[in-house]
Amino acid sequence: MRQNNDTVNAYVAAFDGFEASLNGGASSSLHAKRREAIARLREDGLPTARFESWKHTNPAPMTRTCFAPVGVPGKLTAADIKPFVAAGVDGPLLVFVDGRFVPGLSRVSALPAGVRIHSLSEASELEEQVLTTNLAAHTLAQNAGFSALNTAFLRDAAVVVIDGGRVLDEPVRILHVNTGQPGLTTPRTLVLAGADSRVNVVETIVGMSSGAGTLTASVTEIVVDAGAVVEHCRIHLHGAESFHAGTVHVTEEEGSRFTAHTFCLSGRLVREDMHTLLRGERIESTLNGLCLPDGEDHVDNYTTIEHAAPDCTSHELYKGVVCGKARSVFRGKIHVHRVAQRTDAYQSNQNLLMSDDAEINSKPQLEIYADDVKCSHGSTTGQLDESALFYLRTRGVGLPEARRVLTRAFAGELLDRLQHDGIRAHVDALVSARLDAILASPDAEGGGAE
Amino acid sequence: MLKIINLHASVDDTPILKGVNLEVGVGEIHAIMGPNGSGKSTLAQVLAGHEAFTVTEGSVEYEGRDLLDMAPEERARDGLFLAFQYPVEIPGVNTAYFLRTGLNEILRHRGEEPVDAIDFLQLIREKMALVEMDESFLKRAVNEGFSGGEKKRHEILQMAVLEPRLAILDETDSGLDIDALRIVANGINKLHTPANSAIVVTHYQRLLEYVVPDYVHVLMDGRIVRSGGKELALQLEEKGYDWIRQDSMESETSPAQPASA
Repeated sequence: MRQNNDTVNAYVAAFDGFEASLNGGASSSLHAKRREAIARLREDGLPTARFESWKHTNPAPMTRTCFAPVGVPGKLTAADIKPFVAAGVDGPLLVFVDGRFVPGLSRVSALPAGVRIHSLSEASELEEQVLTTNLAAHTLAQNAGFSALNTAFLRDAAVVVIDGGRVLDEPVRILHVNTGQPGLTTPRTLVLAGADSRVNVVETIVGMSSGAGTLTASVTEIVVDAGAVVEHCRIHLHGAESFHAGTVHVTEEEGSRFTAHTFCLSGRLVREDMHTLLRGERIESTLNGLCLPDGEDHVDNYTTIEHAAPDCTSHELYKGVVCGKARSVFRGKIHVHRVAQRTDAYQSNQNLLMSDDAEINSKPQLEIYADDVKCSHGSTTGQLDESALFYLRTRGVGLPEARRVLTRAFAGELLDRLQHDGIRAHVDALVSARLDAILASPDAEGGGAE
Repeated sequence: MLKIINLHASVDDTPILKGVNLEVGVGEIHAIMGPNGSGKSTLAQVLAGHEAFTVTEGSVEYEGRDLLDMAPEERARDGLFLAFQYPVEIPGVNTAYFLRTGLNEILRHRGEEPVDAIDFLQLIREKMALVEMDESFLKRAVNEGFSGGEKKRHEILQMAVLEPRLAILDETDSGLDIDALRIVANGINKLHTPANSAIVVTHYQRLLEYVVPDYVHVLMDGRIVRSGGKELALQLEEKGYDWIRQDSMESETSPAQPASA
């Protein structure tokens, strides 16, 4: 049944105007995808709190009105985006501002043979057909409403294609910037890693203002072909009042290795669906995540690992440091298909509650249909270790600093997992800055005391 | 340096310390002995500022200041150090960072320049040699996976780095084999100068063969029931605590006098 009727009608109406603004782009194969998506949105609507998948996160703030697609993109300089671009990294950089590719801020040069990194708008007609075949081919039903919204109002996309056997050592940085104009923006990324290729992609979604009245509906699709090794880091730095509903969908083939790192650092309402489909044998898949909500923030990491083939391994570690009146939701589904014998899956969700009003919903969900599997999960929620705090204090470290040290140590496990030194240093700085801010806020228990 | 007068402390309304009197002068080493449960560790923790204990009566003066009015970190910055009986494991914080953070807090408090990572490495190498610790410890998380002896040596290393004026060593000898005991005792002795003082809390006389105290006090049921010179420790070793217990019951009317220098 269709939900959120009025809002959906408004999006359908907005689509006509959007179509008209495309100037000839409305005849491409990409546009066929858009039409398909708006039709699907019209059919399925947007999720409501009654959906099982939205049980702990009420989507109403994101669905009760139509967020009109942002028209004219804001203007930014290299200095504006500098804090969000990892320094000490030589790799390519793609910058999108309010959904539009900005070549002047991007750096794509001297790519090795067999590596193509560009915006979809730069693709040749032939390429576009190939790419759009993959585009939206992998998103599944769960976050369908928002994924359809993304595809329907898609202006451009970041595209990373690594041919079979090619290796790109330096990380590919993709920056989706929202200048804060009220309305909808639709960041989109497609990564196609050929057989035995190797690539590291770092996506940052950043809001330049408080982001009041903004909704970011994002979709990232990653195809990891047989034997490929892909690392994917996603950094959420949304405006303090902004909304985000994103989906990352990963399809993995035989013998591949995929590692994801999701850092939800800011944003009022952030919903992130991470779906990995392991459909070949002997895959190793790792999902790491860290969220640091504060104030009235609400973060929902909705993860699914689908073991659809035998002899695969998956590891999942999500951590949260929850301050103020913030709320963190974690859903960790591990679905082991009947054929997926000898699956080895481990999931852990660990949370630090930094105030009396902070809240956590942790929901492991193991669905196992094979009989020879090793699946386990663990979830812990607690406060900073009092004895460790005292120990630090007896060494001269003041209470606020002791709290910072221990919180940083808790989060540090996820920073350590980033493979690239430059990226790790960059994320470390962002995480540390965020921790300093949330620990200094008056809501943090004892944060301002002493 | 330290003057404890009629100190009473309880945990969850259960009185543990019931009127401790003790005076420690500059350059002195005091041993506090006593049977299990007599309040030795509580005394050490109260002096370091542990919040689980409530001081219900009495006072503690440290270098002319009201010690009980100071936060644990202020005490540390002013030169008080507690070597823990059970050193705490801190996953995710490496030992080098831990040591340097503490040292820099104390240097800043003294109005001195903090040390950078390179200078610190030089300093720490020297100190680690003192307690025969390998440099690889620096990269490991604080106390995580350390053996009992390594944890105790790490406590002495911290003392060597922070250079306290008053060190309280809480059962630093417990659980140590003879080699580790020798290393720990050697560290304590090398760090001892005429300008600093130490309170050595111990259950056995063994440590005192290496670290020779100026005074020995016996703590029983929350009070110091006997004080004397180093020979008191030998008497205890020989006769056990029961001897004192009977003795102190007989002399209930005349509580032990605080030792003074």
